[in-house]
Amino acid sequence: MRIDIHPILQFDREREISFLYNGNKIKAFEGETIASALHAAGIKVLSHSIKLNRPRGFFCGIGKCSSCLMRVNGVPNVRTCITPVEDGMVVESDVQQLPSAEFPGSNKEDISVDILVVGAGPAGISAAIEAGKRGVSVLLVDENPMLGGQLIKQTHKFFGSRKERAGTRGIKIAEELEEQVRELEKNGKVKILPGTSVFGYYGGGSSHMLGAANKMSNVMYHINAKKVIFACGAQENMLSFPGNDLPGVYGAGGVQTLMNVYGIKPGKRVLMIGAGNVGLIVSYQLLQAGVEVDRVVEAMPRIGGYSVHAAKLRRNGVPIYTSHSVKEVYGKDRVEGAIVAKLDENWNFVEGSEEDVKCDTVCLAVGLTPSARLLFQAGVKRDYIPEAGGYVAIHNMEMETSVKGIYVAGDSSGIEEASTAMLEGKIAGLSASISLTGRDSSTTAKMEEYIKTLEEMRRGPFGSKAREAKRKILEEASNEGI
Amino acid sequence: MKIICRCEDITEEDIIKAIREKGCTTLDELKHLLRLGMGPCQGRTCIPLAARILARETGKKVSEIELQTSRPPVVPVPLGLLAGEEDEND
Repeated sequence: MRIDIHPILQFDREREISFLYNGNKIKAFEGETIASALHAAGIKVLSHSIKLNRPRGFFCGIGKCSSCLMRVNGVPNVRTCITPVEDGMVVESDVQQLPSAEFPGSNKEDISVDILVVGAGPAGISAAIEAGKRGVSVLLVDENPMLGGQLIKQTHKFFGSRKERAGTRGIKIAEELEEQVRELEKNGKVKILPGTSVFGYYGGGSSHMLGAANKMSNVMYHINAKKVIFACGAQENMLSFPGNDLPGVYGAGGVQTLMNVYGIKPGKRVLMIGAGNVGLIVSYQLLQAGVEVDRVVEAMPRIGGYSVHAAKLRRNGVPIYTSHSVKEVYGKDRVEGAIVAKLDENWNFVEGSEEDVKCDTVCLAVGLTPSARLLFQAGVKRDYIPEAGGYVAIHNMEMETSVKGIYVAGDSSGIEEASTAMLEGKIAGLSASISLTGRDSSTTAKMEEYIKTLEEMRRGPFGSKAREAKRKILEEASNEGI
Repeated sequence: MKIICRCEDITEEDIIKAIREKGCTTLDELKHLLRLGMGPCQGRTCIPLAARILARETGKKVSEIELQTSRPPVVPVPLGLLAGEEDEND
C-alpha cells in the first residue's frame, strides 16, 4: 500500500520500526502515525462502534472524527490518526475493559503568555509569525504532530495573487512558514507545542484561561493568555446514505493525508463524491499516486471547481457525472462497491438510473464546516452563514470577535482558501499585537495593506462565495458594534 | 442503515422517530434523548447532518436550528490528567 514512485513527492522512510497491534507485530516507519502504519499494513477496520458493533475505519485523518480511537501504551481513547508511532508501542483496539481506576500522576504546567494561537495551519502560523516579530510573547499550540495544517498535503500549485505565493505548491509554503516560525522559536519569541490539544475555554476577563493536554506525554497545561487567536480550521462534511460508515468511506482530506503526507494508497479504485475544487484536485492526486478513479459524481447540475482541474481529469479518462450522487455503499466490513444514480430537479433519485460502481474506496468531498467549538465556549456572538459553511464567529475587519481579546482566522472564521487564511492570520496577529503594544503609523499602514490585499484576493469570480460570506459577517459585526 | 452520529451509533431513522414520536424540536433535545453529539468527537460529524434532518422535519430553515451548547473537553482527555494528583517527583 506504500507509494514508492511519485511525480512530485519523495517519501523518506529512513528508520524502520515495529509496534504491537492487538498482540501482533506490525512494521512501520518513523514519522508515520499509528493509523497510517496500520493502513499500510492492510488493516482498514480500526475499531467497532459501541452499540451496534459496526466496523469503523480511517475517515478524517486529522483527529476530528474519532473513528480511530485506541488504547496506546495503556492510555485510553487515543486518536491514532494524529499520534506518531514509536518503536515498541503497545496498541490495542476494541478494548472491552475499563481503564485502570488508579490515576497516574500527571505533570501540570502553568503558562502565562501575551498571545495564544490555537492551531498551526496556514492561518495560525501566519498569526504567530506576525505577532512574534512584534515583541509580544506567543504560544502556538496544535494537536497534530506536524506544523502546517492542511498545507502539508497540498501538492498542487496555488492560484491567486503572485504576491501571496500563487504558483507555489502548498507543501513548499508549509515548509517556508515552518522555517520562519521555528526561527522565532529559536530566538525565544514563539513557544511551540505540537501534539497538544486545547480542550476547553475556562473563562475570561482581562485575560483568558484555557486548558490543553498532551496525553501521550501525560502533561496538562493551564494557559493564561492576554489575547487568543483561534485558527482551528474545519472538519469534513458527511453525507447520509446506507453504508456511509463502512471502512473505505473516507473524507477527501483523510485520503490526501494518507497519500500525500505518509505515502500510503487509500485503496485501488476510488469513487469520488463531489466535483468542487477539493474533489477534482484530490482525484487528480489519486491518479498521480497510482490509484484508479472510476468517476466523479456531483449532485449539482454543474461542476463547482475550476475548469482547468476538471479538464486534467477528463484528459486522463476520468468521467465527471453532474446531477448524480451516491445512493448506497455496500460491502461486508469494508467497501466493495457503490450504487450511484441520477438526481432530478427536486434532488430525488431517478428510478432506473442506478449504476453499480465496483470500488474499494469512496471519497467524500462535500464541503467543510468551520471548527469553532472553543470560540463558542468563549461566548462569542455567532450566526449561521451558509456561504461560510455553517455557524461562524462574527468578527470585524481586524478579525476580533464580540469577546474582547478573542480573535479568529482562517477556515474557522468561514471556509475559504489557504492563501486568504494566511492573510487573515497576519491580520489577526497584527491586530492582537497592536491591542497590547498600541497603534502607530507603521502598524496602521501595515493593517491597511493586509486588508487591501485580502479584498483583492476575494475579488475574482471564484472568490464570490467567500466575498458574500465575509460581507454578511462584517455587516453583522458592524451592526453589533464589534 | 444511515449512520448520522458515528460515535453513538445514531441513525437517521432514530432521529426522525425522536422528532415525530417524541416531539424533539432542537438539537439539545435530541442530545438529551439520544446522546446525539455526546461521543468522543463531540458532534463534529453528526451535527451538520442532524441539523438538516431537523430543519426538514420541522419545516424550518437550517439557519433557524440552534447549535448544542459546547462544553469542555472538546477532545478526549484522560480523567487522570484532569483530576490526577501532580507527580511529586517533578
